[in-house]
Amino acid sequence: MNARGLNLIGLAVVAAIGLAFLILTPRFAELDAVLELTVYVIMAILALSLALVWGYGGILCFGQSAFFGLGAYTYAIAMFNIGESTVPLLMAIVVPAAFAALLGYFIFYGRISDVYLGVITLTVTLILFNSINSTAGPEFHIGAARLGGFNGIPGIPPLNIPGDRNAPIDLEGMFYLSTAVLLAVYFGLRLLLASRFGRIIVGIRENERRAELLGYDPRAYKLATFTIGAALAGLAGCLFANWGAFVSPTIFGLAQSAQIIIWVIVGGRGTLIGPIIGCVGIQWLSTLLGENQPSGAGAFAALLSNAPLVLGAILIAFVLLVPRGLIPTLGDLVQRLLPARRAPAASAAFHAEPAEKTQ
Amino acid sequence: MSAPLLETRNLGIRFGGVQAVRDVNFTLAERELRCLIGPNGAGKSTFFKMVTGQLQPSQGVVLLRGRDISYAQAHEIARLGVGIKTQVPSVFDGLTVRENIWLSASRAHSGRRAKAAVDEMLERMGLAAIAGRIAGQLSHGQRQWVELGIVLSTDPELVLLDEPAAGMTHEEVQQTARLVREINRTKALIVVEHDMQFIRMIAKQVTVFNQGAILVEDTIDNIMRNPQVRDVYLGKQAAA
Repeated sequence: MNARGLNLIGLAVVAAIGLAFLILTPRFAELDAVLELTVYVIMAILALSLALVWGYGGILCFGQSAFFGLGAYTYAIAMFNIGESTVPLLMAIVVPAAFAALLGYFIFYGRISDVYLGVITLTVTLILFNSINSTAGPEFHIGAARLGGFNGIPGIPPLNIPGDRNAPIDLEGMFYLSTAVLLAVYFGLRLLLASRFGRIIVGIRENERRAELLGYDPRAYKLATFTIGAALAGLAGCLFANWGAFVSPTIFGLAQSAQIIIWVIVGGRGTLIGPIIGCVGIQWLSTLLGENQPSGAGAFAALLSNAPLVLGAILIAFVLLVPRGLIPTLGDLVQRLLPARRAPAASAAFHAEPAEKTQ
Repeated sequence: MSAPLLETRNLGIRFGGVQAVRDVNFTLAERELRCLIGPNGAGKSTFFKMVTGQLQPSQGVVLLRGRDISYAQAHEIARLGVGIKTQVPSVFDGLTVRENIWLSASRAHSGRRAKAAVDEMLERMGLAAIAGRIAGQLSHGQRQWVELGIVLSTDPELVLLDEPAAGMTHEEVQQTARLVREINRTKALIVVEHDMQFIRMIAKQVTVFNQGAILVEDTIDNIMRNPQVRDVYLGKQAAA
């Protein structure tokens, strides 16, 4: 079994599980479970956006939630002004992408180092949080949409069938749509990463100076990666605004920004399926911890009910014990358990007689 | 018409208060093979970095076929046909040997032709047997060959090699020398090297750097007889 074969099998498995999940869930699950799963799916799209930007592009962006929030707010504001969802949906993708392109231009073309990139993206997110948070008054509105400040924007109209504003998508429809989008994003990214572009951004992640000395402009490739990631985060934000019909500034908060990074760390950088699993797993755990509010007495129950504390402990455990994340570590294990596919006898043949070839 | 392939005029660079390279007037003809020698810190690698756009000169200009590239970006200079093998092997550590070569070949060729060029280069560098190995797990010597393969796969007009024989076995050094001569049939090269045996195998013209400036330029035989050069290497002379 070569790497290509394994790859194809992996793709087929993901497609089968994805389609089964898409078709079967609403038939067998209660509506509230479907709702819960819908938000997991939406967050998984957000996780994929950082999986691309950080996991493959090597750009540690602390502000993926900025693009997510911008997408959500853009959709909400556009929806109140337009009423038909086709243009607001597109704007929720284009506006965060344009914002990322502008921000990324200064970061990458200014050759700002990785550490400062993290600081800048985090700061931008918090600036957005504070700005939107302080727009509670009625004087803050864009067209017909009031920004609402810390109260957020409630009652956001749902997406509709493109072109027909009288055909809104219901809750079950949102599940189908979100899951379909997740699958499309996943397979789209697989295609992107298998393309020339995808292989070059991985090369730049591996050795930026080398790539540059071969004639690739790392700034342009990183900017493109960053922008695509923002577009995907914006798309997820649009779906999120639909899901709860509500958006508030906490979407830009520190907790949200940190969560996305935790999903990717837990799931594993350099994979796409890892961050999806990390995202769903962590959210499921958070919900579980949230439900078990101090029911029992004693310090242990109190500790368990503190979700951030438990999540923090999990993160520390992962960073220390499974630094590469769940999926790459599992992959290594499987490879070790499988009988050696190809003996490294190759090295013996190395340079046995290359001199004659170079004559 | 016929501007030299590479020309620098009064090229210099200053790091803070230190003039690392000064007044370098260097000329390289098409398909010429030149060796640069000189003690550590003489400015050879810094000179390479200025030619490839990794450092911007403080004074003077770099001309590639008469075109001013003093302030061009590194990737632009690479696209004009300058390839460099750096002193410490610089490869894509997390990728396989084949992917390493492909990344390079696909800059110069597209699609099917890139693939064919990869196979050809793997064969030529004797890397075909380890094409599937991760580059970061290879020995130092093997990584040197991978990097040479990467550099040559972009099909450069001018190849800069910074200590290509460092850390290689005697046999590998001889292979490298043969490779250098073979490359020189179609391309110009500048080779920085300390190994005088290696230089004897490849060089005709040698440029000696000392303390950031060109000390002397001559044939290898004259250089070997030059007492000034010997002093520089043995450290007798304080200033050039």
